[in-house]
Amino acid sequence: MKLIPGLVALPGTSRANKTGSWRIERPLFLHQKCNGCRLCDWCCPEGIVSGQGKLFDCDFDYCKGCGICAEVCPVDDIVMQVEER
Amino acid sequence: MATLMDRVITSKAAVLEGSRAIAEAVRLCRPQVISAYPITPQTHVVEALAQMVADGALKAEFVNVESEHSAASVVLGASATGARVYTASSSQGIALMSEVLFNIAGLRLPVVLTCANRALSSPLNIWNDQQDSLSVRDAGWVQLYVEDNQEAVDTHLQAYAIAEDRRVLLPTMVCADGFLLTHTYEPVIVPTQEEVDAFLPPYRPQHYLTPDKPLTMGAFADPEYYMESRYLLDRALERSQAVIEDAAQRFNRAFGRHYGGLLDTLHMEGARTAVVAMGSVVATLRDVVSGLRDDGHAVGLVKVRSFRPFPKDALRSALRDVDRVLVLERALSPGGVGILAAEVRAVLQGQPRQPAVSAFVAGLGGRDIPVETLQALIARAQDEAVEQGFADLKAELVEEGDEDES
Repeated sequence: MKLIPGLVALPGTSRANKTGSWRIERPLFLHQKCNGCRLCDWCCPEGIVSGQGKLFDCDFDYCKGCGICAEVCPVDDIVMQVEER
Repeated sequence: MATLMDRVITSKAAVLEGSRAIAEAVRLCRPQVISAYPITPQTHVVEALAQMVADGALKAEFVNVESEHSAASVVLGASATGARVYTASSSQGIALMSEVLFNIAGLRLPVVLTCANRALSSPLNIWNDQQDSLSVRDAGWVQLYVEDNQEAVDTHLQAYAIAEDRRVLLPTMVCADGFLLTHTYEPVIVPTQEEVDAFLPPYRPQHYLTPDKPLTMGAFADPEYYMESRYLLDRALERSQAVIEDAAQRFNRAFGRHYGGLLDTLHMEGARTAVVAMGSVVATLRDVVSGLRDDGHAVGLVKVRSFRPFPKDALRSALRDVDRVLVLERALSPGGVGILAAEVRAVLQGQPRQPAVSAFVAGLGGRDIPVETLQALIARAQDEAVEQGFADLKAELVEEGDEDES
């Protein structure tokens, strides 16, 4: 690969660059008390929470483990766990 | 209603203020986006351009912004979309822009900027020296220094041709001494639109931002890529040496005016002493050196027109046969050994004949550099090698050891 002057690159690098390895804690979606409010989806800074009805999950290729989804969940149906690799 | 001014400037030759003449040159280059901070330390250049846009004489988007940092950012963004852009500033404005100046060069955007060279605070000054542009020496811009208003006009045309050349793709700063050129009326030939259009075709960007075809410009570069992208910037500046020469030659063929490409020389045949300088003082030096020649002194003159890229080979060749060099500095690297002089000494390193190089700081903050001063400096450089001296320093203002006295 040769660099293009000005470092011109194709878009989509945020998709190519998998950031899941940054994680120290991972969210666990319990699927017990979810009321379907979607706050976890809307508040995720990476935009990688998805689902419908009362069944949500996140994409661990990109989840950095920030814990915002667990923090905003009004019914505590998401908990953070220490990541073990 | 047509004013007298309007009639004067539409004729081929006119007596114009430097700023106004530069504005005419920029108008003729058909910039599509102009952005500027409209207050001090701005010059009349963008004031005149704003008037032209308002009058419909120039079809461009004129964006007034709240700071020079924003002005540089606007032209950066506009240039990334493929527009031909322009901005101007000086002094504190260049300092405030400096972060963005580095970005523009790294993004390889062919922005053209006029720097009306002025002193930096503190102390507050506003008058001419070249501290502003020389302080952003390492931003990655081409820097061309002009000696009179005709060269200022003509160099703006060349600047776009150099910046937009596919071999270069670098921002270009045209440096014209503040007040001494920008506020001085001189006879100037303003080219016609047809002439300029023939010399400078529209800008055709290779990569540009458009919603239809998204791409990333100025991507993040980790340690695996950063050095190579900086290397490419350095190579582009080196390559621009030939393009600057080409542009000057091509301009000469089209308009019949030539100021040198990377540098210009006067009376260097048989010269034993050479004076090296940049900017408007070169015009004074032409008279001084010619006068000394008439009196039988073997003195020559080298005008450095391109400070970046630094014309290493051209300078070595020009100074090949001299014994002594006097470098005039219109800026100061406090605690250093001269800005221009350091580079002159560096390129002479290891040459068969190593001339003794004297450096003198002169004309800071609008101080005149009279003919007598130049004659005295040349005489002194012929006697001794001065690492860094200050011309016409008023000893009574700086006597040491009396700081406590009132």
